[in-house]
Amino acid sequence: MPTVSASFWMVLPVVLPLAGGLLCFLWRQRSLWLPLAFALVNLIVVIRLTRLLLIQGPLHYQIGGWETPLGIVLVLDGPALLMLLLTALCGAGVTCYARGYFAYRISAQKQPGRHERQERFFWPLWLMLLAALNGLFLSGDIFNIYVTLELLSISAVALAALSGKPVAQLASFRYLLASLLGSLSYLLGIFFIYRSHGVLDLGLLRAVVEPGSSMTAGLVLMSCGLLLKSAAFPLHFWLPPAHANALAPVSAILSGLVIKGSLYLLFRFWFDTFASLISPAALNVIGMLGILAVFWGGILALLQQRLKLLVAYSTVSQVGYFLIAFPLAYHDATLSVWTAFLFMILAHGCAKVAMFMAAGTMYLHSGHDRMRDLHGIRLVMPLTVFAYGMAGVNLMGLPPSGGFVGKWLLLTGAFDDGQWWWSVAIMAGGLLAAAYVFRVMSPLFQAPVGASIFDGRPTPALLEWPPLVLSLIALLLGLFAPGIMALLTANGGAVISGGLP
Amino acid sequence: MNGSGWLLVLIMLSSFVPGIIIFGLPEDRVRLRTTLNLCGSLIKIGLIVVLNVGIYLGYSYEIRLPLVAGMEVYLHADPLSALFTTLSSVLWLLTTIYAVGYLEDSPNRSHFFGYFSLCVTVTIGIALAGNLITFILFYEMLTLSTYPLIVHRGTPQSLRAGRNYLVYTLGGGALFFLAAAWLQVLTGPMDFGSDGFASHLVVEHGPLLSLLFVLLIAGVGVKAALVPLHGWLPQAMIAPAPVSALLHAVAVVKAGAFGIVRIVLDVYGLENMIVLGLLPLLTFVATLTILWGSFRALQQDDLKRRLAFSTISQISYIGLGISLADHRLALIGGLVHLVHQGIMKITLFFCAGNLAETLGVHRISEMRGIARRMPWTMGAFTVGALGMIGLPPTAGFVSKWFLGLGALSASNWVVVAVLMLSSLLNAAYFLPILITAWFDRPVGPWPDEKNFGRFETRLMLLCPPLLTAAVVLLIGVLAEAQISPLAWVRFIVEGYLP
Repeated sequence: MPTVSASFWMVLPVVLPLAGGLLCFLWRQRSLWLPLAFALVNLIVVIRLTRLLLIQGPLHYQIGGWETPLGIVLVLDGPALLMLLLTALCGAGVTCYARGYFAYRISAQKQPGRHERQERFFWPLWLMLLAALNGLFLSGDIFNIYVTLELLSISAVALAALSGKPVAQLASFRYLLASLLGSLSYLLGIFFIYRSHGVLDLGLLRAVVEPGSSMTAGLVLMSCGLLLKSAAFPLHFWLPPAHANALAPVSAILSGLVIKGSLYLLFRFWFDTFASLISPAALNVIGMLGILAVFWGGILALLQQRLKLLVAYSTVSQVGYFLIAFPLAYHDATLSVWTAFLFMILAHGCAKVAMFMAAGTMYLHSGHDRMRDLHGIRLVMPLTVFAYGMAGVNLMGLPPSGGFVGKWLLLTGAFDDGQWWWSVAIMAGGLLAAAYVFRVMSPLFQAPVGASIFDGRPTPALLEWPPLVLSLIALLLGLFAPGIMALLTANGGAVISGGLP
Repeated sequence: MNGSGWLLVLIMLSSFVPGIIIFGLPEDRVRLRTTLNLCGSLIKIGLIVVLNVGIYLGYSYEIRLPLVAGMEVYLHADPLSALFTTLSSVLWLLTTIYAVGYLEDSPNRSHFFGYFSLCVTVTIGIALAGNLITFILFYEMLTLSTYPLIVHRGTPQSLRAGRNYLVYTLGGGALFFLAAAWLQVLTGPMDFGSDGFASHLVVEHGPLLSLLFVLLIAGVGVKAALVPLHGWLPQAMIAPAPVSALLHAVAVVKAGAFGIVRIVLDVYGLENMIVLGLLPLLTFVATLTILWGSFRALQQDDLKRRLAFSTISQISYIGLGISLADHRLALIGGLVHLVHQGIMKITLFFCAGNLAETLGVHRISEMRGIARRMPWTMGAFTVGALGMIGLPPTAGFVSKWFLGLGALSASNWVVVAVLMLSSLLNAAYFLPILITAWFDRPVGPWPDEKNFGRFETRLMLLCPPLLTAAVVLLIGVLAEAQISPLAWVRFIVEGYLP
């Protein structure tokens, strides 16, 4: 039985950032230390939860003491904890980076008022988003998940619109519509499910799920909503402009963390809660969409002239990888595919955050992100370019990165199942990733031509170190595998915790 | 008997740590950087001597780090890996000295030496890899850490060469990765040195295993520059001379050749190879590469390009020896060529770099009478070239002698003919260089001459090739000594063909 202190720690990842967001909003001064403190405390709380999980196994907490089906329950198991850890880690990195980012822009003396205003809005929204994301990973019932999804979308859209440029506003408006449509579809799905069984709790649902038209309809609707929110091909149209035109820390958050929320839910629903409804045909459809996404995103990334757009399209391509994991997980929805999926999510999360931050720093220095004209920037900011490269290694899936481990597990899974054809797409996607990563690296390695076009100011440490640290974490993730496996198997061997103990 | 696996980790750290520190050093800390580099490589050589003695006395060194199920980083030292580590680390020391001299006053040296150290670290990792996963791990890291060196100059040509290098090597790496994953599913996790996978698999999955073999060989064949996967190597000549030396003798090409050896002897195992009938395939590719490389070398006027094609040809002697591995002498010849080729080729590249750096001479047609201006350099070059042709008493003679004997004992007349033809071709593209350098009269001034006082060139550029040339002669003359590459290779072969 979890002690009082255990449940207390579980609520904190939601309550703390929420409180922080409100405080930042109320405290109209630019509150420099406040968000940083909250992000760091969040990280500490999650680390504490990790220890609790390792000692006690999966944790459950009924909010207000109300029991299901009436009350809301928070559940923390291995996968959820890893997602929390990813969010906390990247969150801390982004918070530091955003500090440096806004300070740099304000001190540039070009429209300082505008940048200050942006910063004031950024902090409450970002902390709100953090709370929503943590809540999403912890929630144990589908309606509560809907609430967190909605909160997530609203704050994400507001953040995307923050840059204020017309193109960003248009992009975020599209993002808003896509998000709302996704939420609506998800809500409709809940309606079907609730109508047929009258329960919302994931654990209870899993026990009562049986093939039937209304249950299937509910799952299809929910999945469509989540696919739209995850920008799965062909529902990805909103992602590249929204991610590429946002402010650098916002791009990092959107690409690295926000879409992971809906992807994680999708995987969780399909292989845990509603696993008995899933047919191989449906999985193959998802897998095919994944293959198309890998190629479509990769090829379009290759064609871009602007760095941030390239990184955004690479996200579309990487989402495809997560989808390819679905058909491979069918025969063996156990440890290895969960591991592969989570490894890829973790690696891609850290790497993408780092990549967008690095791209943002280059943007800050040069005032643009046209790749052709970035030559010689390596001499100005070696660490940033190095971070970009290391993050790229992850996307290519080269060792010892987390992406490599994920890919290896997927490949062996594919061969094990006799579904070797997926492997071709997995490898080809890796090569495409290599092509578009090095399309950027190549001009970066070029010797400078003519006078330096870059802002002569030195890069502040806050802009330089967070991407570097995150990209190194992603790069060395493969070596942390034993620790991650220990977390996943904290439940006495099974990855996913059932309902209430 | 068990030695400590931490020795292997220390060996890797001895170049990794200096590399990381060097990345952080400002450009102008030349002395500190050089000291770090030299200390690192001397410590490494010291540790490797300990390792060699330990292995000879029968200790085994290994260390494991399990990652996820079926995936384990496993470092293990056997006589074969000791051969490769020794070669790489000794040549690394010389190349570092050379590079310090070569890159004096050029920009971005911290980067250069940082990546240089990383390259050697991962090469040692390849040598010490004890299973396929670990091999892939370091093999791909080698690709990544050599790229910045190839594009070091940042010119459009070097960027193009770098792009080509990536296309070839990452493509090859992907094939290798795919095949390795498939193989692991078939055979289960497998350590090197267990005589290959179980023979009943050959009956069950024969064609698939043959296909996987082709994929694996294609994967390492890119780095080993097997025809038709060799296109990147001549282009990569655009890089500075120490990098060429690194590519050709210390790390990349060698890693590819070493990979072939590992796949044949340790992953598939000789018996399975014979049952599957894959050895003749390898023989065919190797002979094709030997002849094609030599033919193309004949046509080059650019000295470094000629040397590059010569590497393509020479490195396949190793593959040729392995492909006749059921004959002890051929296997000895192939393995010992791993060392001999490295030392000879590095001598040639050092010399070519000296000519370019001191006189601005890049083409063979500009080399008339160059030996009068730089007798020591050309002396070393001559030794290396004669070694490549295979004349006694150089090291090259020893490897060709054993290869020839092996081919004879296999009664493989095609291979015997190819060996003879190839020696002729080697002579045809090296002798004219020697003749024009030693016997022609110089015409006009050198393209871009620099003066270095008492010596014909900078001392740090002159010593390494002289040293390696001396070694080429020494290991040729003393091949039958107690401590020589040949003796060690015999020791290796004991393990595979008792």
